Amino acid sequence: MSADAVIIRLPARGPGPQVPASFVNPHTDPAWVRWGLTGFAVLVVGVLVGIPVVNIFYEALKEGVRVYWDNLVADPDTRHSIFLTATVVPIALVANIVFGIAAAWAIARFKFPGRTLLTALIDLPFSVSPVVAGLMFVLIFGLQGYLGPFLREDGYSVMPYATSLVGVFVLVVLYFVFRPANPAARRGVWRGPTWLVVPAASVVLFALSVVVQKRLGVWPQGESLKIIFATPGLVLATAFVTFPFVARELIPIMEAVGAEEELAAINLGANGWQMFWHITAPNIKWGLVYGIILCNARAIGEFGAVYVVSGHIAGQTDTMPLRIEKLFQEYNLPGCFAVASVLTLLAILTLVAKARLERKIPSAVHEATGEGGS
Amino acid sequence: MSIRIENVTKTFGKFTAVDKVNLDVPDGTLLALLGPSGSGKTTLLRIIAGLDVADSGSVIREGEDITRQSARDRKIGFVFQHYALFRHMTVEENIGYGLRVRKRPKALIKERVDELLKLIRLEALGKRYPAQLSGGQRQRVALARALAAEPKVLLLDEPFGALDAKVRQELRVWLRKLHQEIHVTSVFVTHDQEEAFEVADRVVVMNQGRVEQYGTPAEVFERPANPFVMDFLGNVNVFHGRVEQGKALVAGAALAVADQHPDAPSAAVYVRPHEVVIQHEQSGNASLPAKVLHVNPAGSRVKVELRATESEQLINAELTSERFAELGLKSGDEVFVSASRVRVFAGNYVI
Repeated sequence: MSADAVIIRLPARGPGPQVPASFVNPHTDPAWVRWGLTGFAVLVVGVLVGIPVVNIFYEALKEGVRVYWDNLVADPDTRHSIFLTATVVPIALVANIVFGIAAAWAIARFKFPGRTLLTALIDLPFSVSPVVAGLMFVLIFGLQGYLGPFLREDGYSVMPYATSLVGVFVLVVLYFVFRPANPAARRGVWRGPTWLVVPAASVVLFALSVVVQKRLGVWPQGESLKIIFATPGLVLATAFVTFPFVARELIPIMEAVGAEEELAAINLGANGWQMFWHITAPNIKWGLVYGIILCNARAIGEFGAVYVVSGHIAGQTDTMPLRIEKLFQEYNLPGCFAVASVLTLLAILTLVAKARLERKIPSAVHEATGEGGS
Repeated sequence: MSIRIENVTKTFGKFTAVDKVNLDVPDGTLLALLGPSGSGKTTLLRIIAGLDVADSGSVIREGEDITRQSARDRKIGFVFQHYALFRHMTVEENIGYGLRVRKRPKALIKERVDELLKLIRLEALGKRYPAQLSGGQRQRVALARALAAEPKVLLLDEPFGALDAKVRQELRVWLRKLHQEIHVTSVFVTHDQEEAFEVADRVVVMNQGRVEQYGTPAEVFERPANPFVMDFLGNVNVFHGRVEQGKALVAGAALAVADQHPDAPSAAVYVRPHEVVIQHEQSGNASLPAKVLHVNPAGSRVKVELRATESEQLINAELTSERFAELGLKSGDEVFVSASRVRVFAGNYVI
């Protein structure tokens, strides 16, 4: 890259004003500097990145494709680790997408007390060591943690309340999203004073949902709800560590695009839902995809936080990175490199997707300034 | 539809953007909100559209209080200063958006979009994206988009602010003609007094969140209500003196005051450059001696800069080229200056 950039800037020779021999083009350095720097960069990247990456595939495939395939699928624990990663990562990803859009929206579109604090908190997972993040969850949900004894004795007793709370919250949000803005046009559930209807209906629905769940015995009773050393803990740790990616990607884009198009849509008669899907979503689309890719890459590779909360139970709580470590400790190098090669492949795919997207995003932000894009 | 604004106030923290404004926009008028930046005109416009919420006061459309109505339901078209065109939609999709979200039939939308494309003379560019249009074209698309939903009132925020001089001139004429054709009550914001006078049939001059003057362009220009308006509407020479028996006494000269004015011991005397009269001879005590500093004959009118001999005050004058040729002025000439028209504002106004 850098070598290209330098070479392109060389002035065209041939016809044109004659350049005196003493003239030093300020855009170019002497050849030895250019080649020296380029050579050094290539050497460092080659030794630190190139050789190890190639070596992973070499070691994995050394004994042929057949052995490689067996290493991947024959071992039930390895198989399960792939399955577990494929379960944990999408859940964490969806949680972070919902949160990321909501947080970016709040920060880019509104001024409220605590806005700066929220912006800073979003970055927290980047600055906290993943091990500490994992430990944090162990301290809350672990056996010796604050909620440990309760979760162990009758953990599921909290589920009717938790699910009802989430359900009622979603309903309230939907109520406001679909409520006709014009008071005269409100019918059915939207009639009546909001301050009375919403709290009253929320309480009634919540109580109803809790009672029904308890009566029907939806959740097991007197059993322990495992969060640490189980899949929920893995999801929590992964989501926490990858928490900033989507929001961080969206905030600058939403700020650059500005709120005017959204206001224009409202002015033309769109409701909140239409505004989001017609105007906001297309504008942040590429940034969102970019954030998802980065988030996904990090979630798949997450080791530290997951290591702490997983408890390392083979066939149960080992994700792919944990499985690689375990295979390595067991001197099963072919198996270790086979799983590693899958992660590496995913990383390379991520890089390719990222590089392709990077070309789209600057243009999106550029157009936002009102200058002609294409 | 008429719009009435009653006692509207809006503050941002400690800054009062709009301060107890009352305003009437009669049905079918094209009104200009004129004022320097920070005078609250854009905020007022956004309050009318429902894009901002007033702290107090009400907005009334044709007798109906719409203060608490959301922007969606007001049916008030708004043209944003930077157009706010939907960048991922074509020109046609942009124009049709207001009808699309109101669930009008496709055929009707198409018909209306074609009609509007013809109106803004961009029939051939319907499939383009906003980024592929020039500034003037984007402005027209923004206007068509606002008009598509047949708004009862049209608001335009600095509609020509971001355009170059020639396109701006064309669009002004076009907007004036458009308003004569469709006659929708319109309010536009501008800081350019020339633009306001040329396009609007009513002008509201705003300053620091308050209305300074309301009237037709001729009224506002001929009879400025106060020194701010006087000063804002183009160049003006300010002298300090006093008023006695209908004459303004400035630096030894007694200038006739246009309007009846009571005596005042201290007054600001305003003379516009084109109302400055330059003569070679002294005419009684109605003129003061001055020296020509600089002559700028470029443009349709000749600009002359003078300095009063006694008070050393700078005076700007504008002459027709005929009068200039008649006088044969050049810098360094000693002349006598009087005024064909003088306005006086007594008291201590701060501009």
